[in-house]
Amino acid sequence: MTEPVNNETPVELRTATPSHFRRLHPLTPLLRGWAYLAGVIVIMGQNALRNPAPISIYLAFGFGFAVLATIAGAVSWWFTRYGFDGDALRIDSGVLMRRSRRVRMDRLQAVDVNRPLVGRLLGVAELRMEVAGGSKSEAPLKYLSLDDATRLRAELLARAAGIDAETPEAPERMVAEVPLRRLVWSTLLSGGFVLGVLLITAMLVALALVPSQARAGILAPMLPGLLAAGYALWTQLGRNFGFTLAESPDGYRIRKGLLDMQHQTVPPGRIQGVLIRQPLLWRARGWAEVHVDVAGYAGASAENATRTSTLLPVAPLAEAMEIVRQVLAGVDPSSVELHPAPQRSRWLRPIQWSRLAYGAGDKIVVVRDGRFTRRLTVVPHAKTQSVRVTQGPIQRRLRLATAYVDTTPGPVNAIIRHRPPEEAFQFVEDQAERARLARKTDIPEQWMVQHASRVSQGNTDGDVHKDASNE
Amino acid sequence: MTVASHDVEELFAPSGEKWQPVSRKLVTVRYIVLAMTLAIVTPLLAVGLWFVLDVWGIVVAVAVALVGVVWGGWLIPRIWRAWGYSERQEDLLVTHGVMFRKLTVVPYGRMQFVDVNSGPLDRKFGLATVQMHTASPASDARIPGLPAQEAARLRDRLSALGEAKAAGL
Repeated sequence: MTEPVNNETPVELRTATPSHFRRLHPLTPLLRGWAYLAGVIVIMGQNALRNPAPISIYLAFGFGFAVLATIAGAVSWWFTRYGFDGDALRIDSGVLMRRSRRVRMDRLQAVDVNRPLVGRLLGVAELRMEVAGGSKSEAPLKYLSLDDATRLRAELLARAAGIDAETPEAPERMVAEVPLRRLVWSTLLSGGFVLGVLLITAMLVALALVPSQARAGILAPMLPGLLAAGYALWTQLGRNFGFTLAESPDGYRIRKGLLDMQHQTVPPGRIQGVLIRQPLLWRARGWAEVHVDVAGYAGASAENATRTSTLLPVAPLAEAMEIVRQVLAGVDPSSVELHPAPQRSRWLRPIQWSRLAYGAGDKIVVVRDGRFTRRLTVVPHAKTQSVRVTQGPIQRRLRLATAYVDTTPGPVNAIIRHRPPEEAFQFVEDQAERARLARKTDIPEQWMVQHASRVSQGNTDGDVHKDASNE
Repeated sequence: MTVASHDVEELFAPSGEKWQPVSRKLVTVRYIVLAMTLAIVTPLLAVGLWFVLDVWGIVVAVAVALVGVVWGGWLIPRIWRAWGYSERQEDLLVTHGVMFRKLTVVPYGRMQFVDVNSGPLDRKFGLATVQMHTASPASDARIPGLPAQEAARLRDRLSALGEAKAAGL
């Protein structure tokens, strides 16, 4: 890039919003007003409990607030407009404080169209753009009509790919589907659910044993059990309901959700790392899950990260590995030779030491660890952000060191634990060099233009002649 | 163990590289910080312990302060000596840490932005901290205790190199 990485150019106060810019869906103020109303009801409810007053006063207050919130929402809706301005998507908003943001298309990491339950009933959707470096989603456009959202997504992706903006949405090929039966079983076998059920059962047993006077005290500890089981049900079953993964020239498309539906699109070359996880209880059935790092996704809370980083919630290991192979552009992680950690690492990792291993192939680094939950972490050389070695006092005694391959934030953390120091340093040195070479041949940010006009697009590096043919 | 740890030192700061030390004034700054911390903590601790242990409380507090002084006096120069950075052709190396040794390799092309920080005490001694950020928050390329001029030079050089070698994510 010839200019510093900056996704939000400063506000341009004097440029008026171009006339072709569009507004959000007219129902937006109403949909957002709901949230205010709910808040008002909660506050007033608490008040009412403390000093009761005639119900009409509360009704009047509540109604007044709702009207005010809706009017405020309507004004803000009127002043919020979006549209393409040159190469970037520009969103102008604010009444007193005008705000104008630009989202650079070549930095676009993912586009999500989310449909919360209420939105689904009214036929509207929320469009989120993830841009690397943003600590949170770059201005979610909520709400748009579903048609508008779909059309805008197609346009965003076409522009990000560096092709004609009018190109219709590309066709897709189904890669994986998660049958309901498997999803239900995987939920029942998940650690959180089993733990919750165990807690509840233990409490029930205790309940039957103690005298009836003391029972009330035992009911309370059941709550965490119920919560754990419910949470597991919600995250695995509710969120990943009807999960499908499809591939298209735009990248990977993920659809999922029971009540709130999510549709994610991750363009090619945006996946920064892959984690294949195999929890203990799934192993009998040979299942695994796949998570990925996408820059921008993890910027929000950890909760959000797990919600958005799932590439495959549950699948037979062979299928998962096949998909990982596709995601990594044909590189098979199992073809990389793994070097186990030395035996003396058992002093620091008594249980999983013999599982600790890593390997570096032509294009990827593979790290294996985990005894009960098996993990295989894969980071392409081209996505290496930096490399580190650390050594603590105990490691120094044992002559061990730990190497890190840093990636963008997310569930994938390639930590090569407890290697002989010489090896760790050699690895770091080699990895820096491998990453440097790999960056030159990586997929360009505008993934469709790799054979045309690369110079003007300001792409990944200076070696314009070589790299189009290298890959 | 001395021979082995010497080898490891060599690994964390390979002698083939041109290692730049950070300013000696960093030691002074850290001493002042330590002295100020102890000056605040020790009386508080003494008062607190007075209620529990009577006169012995003060003795304990002074002992703790002495341990702090000795420990800091021993460790701070070592920490300073452990800091080092090296600007190579393609990447920046940063090494630091006494108990926990660390070596970070950050390619210039991965740089997102550079920070220069200088607190009031740092400014008094003409020092600044330069930090190079990548898209990964784990990349720990922070160099404290640089003379202001060197910090400015490094900042400019890093941003120039980052621009020249920039890669997409």
